[in-house]
Amino acid sequence: MRIPGGGRTALALALLAAALLVLPFFVGNYVLSVLVVFLFAAYLGQCWNIMMGFAGLLSLGHALYAGLGAYVSAALYVRFGVPPWFGLIAGVAVAAVAGAGIAALSFRFGVTGVYFALLTIAFDEFTRILFDHFDWVGGSAGLFLPVKTLTHSDVWQLRGSPAMFYYLLLALSAAVLVLSRTLLDRRIGYYWLAIREDQAAAQSLGIDVFRYKMAAVILSAALTAVAGALQAFYDNNLYPDTIFTTARSVEIITGPVIGGVGTLFGPIVGAFVLTTLGEAMTVAGSYFGVPGLKQWFYGAALVIIVLLQPSGLWPWIRRSLRLGEDAR
Amino acid sequence: MPAYVNFVVAGFLTGAVYGLMALGLSVIFGVVRIVNFAHGEMMVLGMYGTIMLNQYLGLDPLLCAPLDAAVLFGLGFALQRGLINRYIMRPEHEQFILMLGIATLLTSSMLMGFGPDARNVQPDYALDSYELGSLVLDKVRVFAAAGAFVSVGLLWGFFRFTRTGKAIRACADNQVGAQVVGLDVKRLYAVTFGIGAACVGAAGTFMLLLVDVQPYLAGDYTLLSFIIVIIGGLGSMPGALLGGLLIGVSEGLSAYLITPSLKSLISFGLLIVVLLIRPEGLLGRRA
Repeated sequence: MRIPGGGRTALALALLAAALLVLPFFVGNYVLSVLVVFLFAAYLGQCWNIMMGFAGLLSLGHALYAGLGAYVSAALYVRFGVPPWFGLIAGVAVAAVAGAGIAALSFRFGVTGVYFALLTIAFDEFTRILFDHFDWVGGSAGLFLPVKTLTHSDVWQLRGSPAMFYYLLLALSAAVLVLSRTLLDRRIGYYWLAIREDQAAAQSLGIDVFRYKMAAVILSAALTAVAGALQAFYDNNLYPDTIFTTARSVEIITGPVIGGVGTLFGPIVGAFVLTTLGEAMTVAGSYFGVPGLKQWFYGAALVIIVLLQPSGLWPWIRRSLRLGEDAR
Repeated sequence: MPAYVNFVVAGFLTGAVYGLMALGLSVIFGVVRIVNFAHGEMMVLGMYGTIMLNQYLGLDPLLCAPLDAAVLFGLGFALQRGLINRYIMRPEHEQFILMLGIATLLTSSMLMGFGPDARNVQPDYALDSYELGSLVLDKVRVFAAAGAFVSVGLLWGFFRFTRTGKAIRACADNQVGAQVVGLDVKRLYAVTFGIGAACVGAAGTFMLLLVDVQPYLAGDYTLLSFIIVIIGGLGSMPGALLGGLLIGVSEGLSAYLITPSLKSLISFGLLIVVLLIRPEGLLGRRA
């Protein structure tokens, strides 16, 4: 892969990569667990960004795909002892099919804009209530994975220390970064941007709009489900009301929106800012004994950032560091 | 008389309050073209407003409705004037994040101010009911529905007969045209957002007669408002009322025929069907 233009950018990227690789050796368990939360948010934001940032399809129901990945892999593991990675593949397949179904219905029936966004919420909430009553996977009482005490991490069984999940997520996030950049430089990327900017114009140029929009949704849904499955084996418990809630979809999208929709590094920057802020506020909230303080500052931060930098933090950081156009 | 009639009538009465709530969302979207993701939060704020007025001034909850509406009008006006007006021409996801930030601020402020526990008001007629043959109607439910219908009537009159109401409708029909003839569109947008907030504030008062309030209800009410306006037709006033009544009856019936916890499944199912088959809603105009 061509290193993004100029020595400055390459150097910054190399330093960042090196720092992230050695970080787990220098931090305690608490910081490591926060870093895992950050990487989950960064990766999920990157996946959502493929749909919204590149193809211009606003999904407010991404919890659905993460949740399907989580529930399918966890249920197969608990019920039939299917190894986690096979379960993960099954979860990814189910999420991709769900994404394809929702997208095909919406695009065939001409549901666009706000209506499309609300439809994604509706499918997610519909699934949440279904799972609340789906006793085979525990219903609203939840599904639990057996926790074993381990002497060493076992990647094949997805059982192990937070550090193992940290490196898995870091690899995933890096992979999606490379994938996104590669796709943007290819025909499909240009088609997506054309559709995002003006669907009618794209269509009149002969782009198969339906096909490329479908591709964006399916890819985004499938990649999102991977994180869902990992989350299931990391948390070891699943409740429909936390997995499929619209609040979770909103969490997924705030990172990339704060960082910069449609940029490559925006979702990562946004996830970092929000995770750090959220963690600081949790600490402050329990220190002052005020419940709700965290959410209050979270809300205030959202309003302030969207007021000062409506197109996201990353474009602004990039300009300030003079990283050049290539560090998208 | 079959037992389900009671559930249908009770659902219809609750649906009137839903209709008023959703009307606020519909008015805001129809004119300002902003999806108010803080709608449920404003509803819950109205509910807490009523609790405060009832507790400290000893006012009957029904009398709180106009006061609540006035306070929420001020809040909505200020929000639109100070913040949202700058975002009219921005992309949808930016508007969404702004509204989400406001919603989060409102919910957490209420959580800090009022605590997480469920609270309610107990007027002396709380347990009374009217009996028409075998039909039993809770007094509070009848009052709430009557209040909602009166509010809708007032709103209709405002948009039909007053100068400001007509000007707002002109803005909704043709924003540029309205500007050309000299209307202060930004101020009218602020008035509209205020009216939408006032609707949902009054709806909150009436809803408090029927349910307990707690800060976390806000998100559910936001979603419920979306369902109703989409089913009725985003931006259509009669549509919002019809959607509210429909969802009220459907909730009542599914609680009786299936199980209460599945009532929103039916609502979301209805939403999906309407979005796919008639995205402009039952009474909406095709864009």
